[in-house]
Amino acid sequence: MTTLTNPPGPAKTPGPVDVHQELYGARLPSWGPRAVLGGAVVVAAALYVLAGVNVMLAALIVFAISLLLPVWSVVVEGRRKATDRLVTVLVTSSFVLAMFPLFSILYTVITKGTKVLGVDFFTFSMRNVVGEGGGIYHALAGTLLITGAATVISVPIGMFTAIYLVEYADGNRLSRWIRFLVDVMTGIPSIVAGLFAYALFVLFFGEGVRMGIGGSVALSVLMIPVVVRSTEEMLKLVPNELREASYALGVPKWRTVSKVVLPTALAGIVTGITLAIARVIGETAPLLIIAGATDSVNFNLFDGRMASLPVFAYTSVRNPGVPPEFSIDRAWGAALTLLLIVMLLNLIARLVSYYFSPKGER
Amino acid sequence: MIRKKLRVAAPAAMLALALGLSACGAGNEDSSSDDGAAPSGDSVSGTLNGAGSSAQEAAVGAWKAKFQTANSDATVNYDPVGSGGGREQFIAGGVQFAGSDAYLTDEELTGAKEKCESDIVEVPTYVSPIAVVYNLDGVDDLNLSAETIAGIFAGKIATWDDAAIKADNPDAELPSTKITPVHRSDDSGTTQNFTDYLSKAASSVWTDEAAQTWPIKGGEAAEGTSGVIAAVGGGDGTVGYADESQAGELGKANVKVGEDFVAPTPEAAAKVLDTAKAVEGRDATDIAVDIDRTTEAAGVYPIVLASYQIACQTYSDADTAALVKAWLTYVTSTDGQSAAADAAGSAPLSGDFATKVQAAVETIKAA
Amino acid sequence: MASTLDPRRKRSTIVRPGDRIFSGLSTSAGILILIVLAGVAAFLTIEGIPGIFASPDDVKSGQSFLPYVWPLVYGTLIAATIALIISVPIAIGVALFISHYSPRKLGQVLGYLIDLLAAVPSVVYGLWGIGFLAPNMAPIYQWLEDNLGFIPFFAGPASATGRTIMTASIVLAVMILPIMTAICREIFLQTPRLHEEAALALGATRWEMARMAIFPYARSGIVSAAMLGLGRALGETLAVAMVLSVSAGTVTANLISSTNPSTIAANIALSFGEASGKTVNVLIASGLVLFVITFLVNFAARAIVDRRKEFSGAN
Repeated sequence: MTTLTNPPGPAKTPGPVDVHQELYGARLPSWGPRAVLGGAVVVAAALYVLAGVNVMLAALIVFAISLLLPVWSVVVEGRRKATDRLVTVLVTSSFVLAMFPLFSILYTVITKGTKVLGVDFFTFSMRNVVGEGGGIYHALAGTLLITGAATVISVPIGMFTAIYLVEYADGNRLSRWIRFLVDVMTGIPSIVAGLFAYALFVLFFGEGVRMGIGGSVALSVLMIPVVVRSTEEMLKLVPNELREASYALGVPKWRTVSKVVLPTALAGIVTGITLAIARVIGETAPLLIIAGATDSVNFNLFDGRMASLPVFAYTSVRNPGVPPEFSIDRAWGAALTLLLIVMLLNLIARLVSYYFSPKGER
Repeated sequence: MIRKKLRVAAPAAMLALALGLSACGAGNEDSSSDDGAAPSGDSVSGTLNGAGSSAQEAAVGAWKAKFQTANSDATVNYDPVGSGGGREQFIAGGVQFAGSDAYLTDEELTGAKEKCESDIVEVPTYVSPIAVVYNLDGVDDLNLSAETIAGIFAGKIATWDDAAIKADNPDAELPSTKITPVHRSDDSGTTQNFTDYLSKAASSVWTDEAAQTWPIKGGEAAEGTSGVIAAVGGGDGTVGYADESQAGELGKANVKVGEDFVAPTPEAAAKVLDTAKAVEGRDATDIAVDIDRTTEAAGVYPIVLASYQIACQTYSDADTAALVKAWLTYVTSTDGQSAAADAAGSAPLSGDFATKVQAAVETIKAA
Repeated sequence: MASTLDPRRKRSTIVRPGDRIFSGLSTSAGILILIVLAGVAAFLTIEGIPGIFASPDDVKSGQSFLPYVWPLVYGTLIAATIALIISVPIAIGVALFISHYSPRKLGQVLGYLIDLLAAVPSVVYGLWGIGFLAPNMAPIYQWLEDNLGFIPFFAGPASATGRTIMTASIVLAVMILPIMTAICREIFLQTPRLHEEAALALGATRWEMARMAIFPYARSGIVSAAMLGLGRALGETLAVAMVLSVSAGTVTANLISSTNPSTIAANIALSFGEASGKTVNVLIASGLVLFVITFLVNFAARAIVDRRKEFSGAN
């Protein structure tokens, strides 16, 4: 029964007030924080409605009034408690602040994207479609295949590298270089990754090569560092006691890693991989260069141009034709579809961590 | 137990999903040509790949649709990577045709001829008026001379009630709003043509040369045609230049030609090709033209973008040659040009010029 | 120690095939990454060198390479720095909120939502930046110019459309927020519960618990998260290209005008399509410069982290 919430309020400790005071010191009434927040919201809302201040300013007013809570606390409870209250206000505000763009973007994508959704949108390609109609089947298939292949390439490489760094390297020179260069790799601009993949494939297949798998390679360059970094951090957090316990039982190292360390870190690793996929699934520039653009369905990763959702959305927005509405609506639909895919992935990731993580305290 | 099962089931399910996916084509695509109407004898098949100008993309989309409907076994792909990229890839032999907002330079021409081992066919396929778009409350009709446009974009004319603008619009009520000129931040054929116009038609005011990159500092910059439209639409007193077909709700200025003010319409833009001069020293199949920006002919709109398609004259492979020829024949035909006019708002080629273009395309053959 | 116990020593020298394969796989994966990176570096160098020494005619601005690339470097660093300054504290705050402040169930849902943001394609961020953020920021910039204009950052003239480097940085901050939040959150959740409870049992407030138990444990992870975010901010292409109103060759401290320096990645995207011949090499050379910058920035960050290694959470 461990809870991380505040120590129980006065209601739960019946008895003379003096004893309570002595044990906990003076405290704000339990309704204090709520009252301050409520007051702040009411004032801001009133100003918003009556004085017509804009939304951002209203939010700022809520924040400013919330800061009264730590001030009040410093008077009643003393500095330590007041600092705690201040941080609570700051943490909560940063969260609310982050929610602003989040909801703004989600709202935009969903309202604009749902217009075109329908059976045809998911089962039709753009072949021979001008103006209204058509769908994203070709781009959806391309995105799934290209990103899938990128995942198949990056996840083993990334995970094994992380395992090497944490379990085998012992901080040797090679590992320090790898760790450093992986960080450098995160800064490769996506368009450079695309150019690199193109140059690489030209070496083998000649000029003008366009392949879905080339897109996967470009995405892998972007994806591997994210997988390595997140996996490494998660592996580092596995307590050494677990490893030692396993060695003490005579379990070989590789079985320790695969049966003890990895499952313990699984939830985090899976989150990391999902993030890595999310990071690359919306990439446009490299795919435009190496996977090209087409209106038709192509299931073969190793032959010819392959459409993908981000490229589709980008080209639809950029050169919409006349009238532009149909094309732009389709672009938003494609963006929404990307979001849905990642949502689904997240869901799968959660299920995986739920079912495969060792049942422990968490 | 459950965990064991899941461990097996998950990859299996993914595999099944992948297989299921690969099993079915798109709802609107027929793998076989059972359209009822059997393809006529001269229909072509195969895959034709092109790359280049993104300005042409909407038009190419329309051409592809019609072309692929007529030739159900043919697939045309076009990567809108930009004109420079298209020319590079064509010269490197990566694509069978290129779309480009500028004709090949002499150096590029040599490279292209080497790669083709023959002459090349270079034809204007997409001619589109570039409108001076503006967003100004209360002003629906605006006339501008070349010098005024240059002054506005150079930052020398700062407010809408400037004497120069008033002189062009004696009847209009102009507010004193500040002018915010918007230009393209990306390199583009549109900028090239617009600055070419300014430097030739208003050489006293505009001292920079024509360039794909906006040559002067200052002003607002936006990416792509859609970006310029959004930026102009987003402010008051803004003015920019963009494809006429994309202007939407924005006001489009009439440009002074001779003594009249001409609206940016496809018809007025099409006429400019009749006054255009052929580039010297080019083969008969290389129809590269320099547009006459200073024309005074009535009803001609001089700020246009002429975008080309470039192909080899001979291809070693007979199928490819047939495919390229069929494609370009359709693109330059009356049908093709009117399809592009509908879908992309371009100015259709017509008259003698169209005949000349079609004759050039006719020379494409297998080696 | 082992030498005194003969049988044990013998056993420890037995090489199990599984171990050998496993360590071999891990090592080769690591080395493969080095090869890939070497490949990228080689590609950039081979294609970029002719660009660095290109004659001024081939460089867009008609100058030699250095004056051409310097404003881009400046813009890249400014945009990434502002983005990081904005988003690191917020990411830590959000992660802490989700992991330790909010009710468990709510936290999970919110974390899920933020993860979703990571998948929004750059195009959508760009459209959001142009369509929503910039117009809403424009009055704020005007206010900043009027009231704080004496600070060089806000000297103005304020952009009428709000498409400034500040706006681009905010878009970048929003873009890198999800990945940083997610990593910080996972790490905060991994803090040994015993440490947390020990701190609370000693009478620490929640903040003191966070400061004494969570942060020391998570420090290395937070830096990793920030590095990942920085990497993305430095290399982001399309969103910046769409949002920023660039003016070639600008170097200015002014954050709110419509005359802004471009970033390297955005400049490549904006110029690549129309580039041909040597100009392409110039652009790739600018990519090489970005690569070197990332290299240096990471080098510095590593040095800082290593100096504080004694606090690292890894056992």
